[in-house]
Amino acid sequence: MATKALTLYDTTIGKKAVMAASGIILLGFTLGHLSGNLKAYAGPTEFNEYARWLRTMPALLWGARLALIFAFSAHIYSAFSLWRRNKSARPNRYQKKVDLATDYAAKTMYLSGPILLFYVLFHLVHLTFGGQLFGDGTIFGIEGYTWEASNPYNNLVHGFQHWPIVIPYVLGNLALGVHLFHGIWSMFQSIGANHPRYNQYRRDLAIMLAALLTIGNLSFPIAVMAGYLEPTTLRFNFPELL
Amino acid sequence: MKTKTIKLHVWRQSGPNDAGRFETYTAENVTEHMSFLEMLDDLNEKLIADGKDPIAFDHDCREGICGMCSMVINGYAHGPDERTTTCQIHMRHVFDRGWDEVWIEPWRATSFPIRKDLIVDRTALDKIIQAGGYISIRTGSARDANEAPIPKPIADRAFDAATCIGCGACVAACPNASASLFTAAKVGHLALLPQGQAERMSRVKSMVATMDELGFGGCTNHGECEKACPKGISIDFIASMNRDLLKSLVVDRGDAEAPDEGA
Repeated sequence: MATKALTLYDTTIGKKAVMAASGIILLGFTLGHLSGNLKAYAGPTEFNEYARWLRTMPALLWGARLALIFAFSAHIYSAFSLWRRNKSARPNRYQKKVDLATDYAAKTMYLSGPILLFYVLFHLVHLTFGGQLFGDGTIFGIEGYTWEASNPYNNLVHGFQHWPIVIPYVLGNLALGVHLFHGIWSMFQSIGANHPRYNQYRRDLAIMLAALLTIGNLSFPIAVMAGYLEPTTLRFNFPELL
Repeated sequence: MKTKTIKLHVWRQSGPNDAGRFETYTAENVTEHMSFLEMLDDLNEKLIADGKDPIAFDHDCREGICGMCSMVINGYAHGPDERTTTCQIHMRHVFDRGWDEVWIEPWRATSFPIRKDLIVDRTALDKIIQAGGYISIRTGSARDANEAPIPKPIADRAFDAATCIGCGACVAACPNASASLFTAAKVGHLALLPQGQAERMSRVKSMVATMDELGFGGCTNHGECEKACPKGISIDFIASMNRDLLKSLVVDRGDAEAPDEGA
């Protein structure tokens, strides 16, 4: 049989493997991000100190950011390329089609993915670049929501007192949960990690991690709105965060 | 004996270049003992008697083993019963579901061009086989049974993959019209047996490359194929194929060390 000079990325399977590998990087980030944010429950000083600490290692911070940008790009580009191919593989749809195995999460990956992308951009503009966007010192022009460069804790907590911040956050995190429910299971399949002894746990792991991240992330707006997390009057002076 | 009148919406297309459309027919005196294909035979007799063009559909053995019959019935590839080909669907199954109206469509995929009505050209699957679904070593004369020791569970698993009849229901049911389950079954049964080892890495590369070239979609792990497969072939074989392909392209040294074929 003729063997063609084939590279991994030429194949649909290779592209799915790239989606799985970049997905693992992005999943790792969301887990690290949540565990860092949980410091909000330890109090404003711990939370802000953690934020400052992240900025004390610019090489590591930018290394991580570059890795994430790369993973995002690879994930999105591969998804788009596969999507285009899959559309052209069946241009004429069925009049009637019954789904026997697939689920809501799997069918809406092309919806939850773009929602997540827009949410991540919104989130970056909000809490990474928020202070610099509007000249008047407010975030998204929301009255009374002022950017405090040395106090990320207040930027977080104040934000969840405003619906224009809470609604995209909740939608983004629900999309994250749905996306991961299929994505985590799917990546085992894509990289060929299957074994009769462990296969049953792949879905369990997907449910566990998707639930952990969604519930963990959604706990912040709930805690703020329930009054459990309150803005601090403490003043911080962290030049690293400027 | 129960008889019923059933309304049929059948995809009619005079040739590959015709746009195609649904046409509605009334099948009268359908008995519960008729097979689904016999119901269509009966309708065709009437169409012929009326001087009309009968509905063209693929069929051959009518025993559920040849893989020829191919149609999507009310949204189910090969009809609603699990692990059953269209020819093995009987009208009592249709009656049991309370269906008075049935939509019949061909497999829909770019790689399966429609020839006429419900008949599609599945040559693409043959091309995937031709790309490596065989063993090219000289095997000599027949050897004694059990000369090559193969553990029973492995033999069973290889057989599970080898039960693929190449009907294309996996492609038809897949949201992406992907031939991953078919290719995985053909790659898988040889990858499990000692005879298949020599060409294992080149086979998976060649067959996957051909599958992609033919315009099938990619696998997005929905699992529809496994449910539609009349032989119940598991998507575990797709994972195994993925692993073999990644191995062949990332870590296998075979091709990299082989002398250039052109030289």
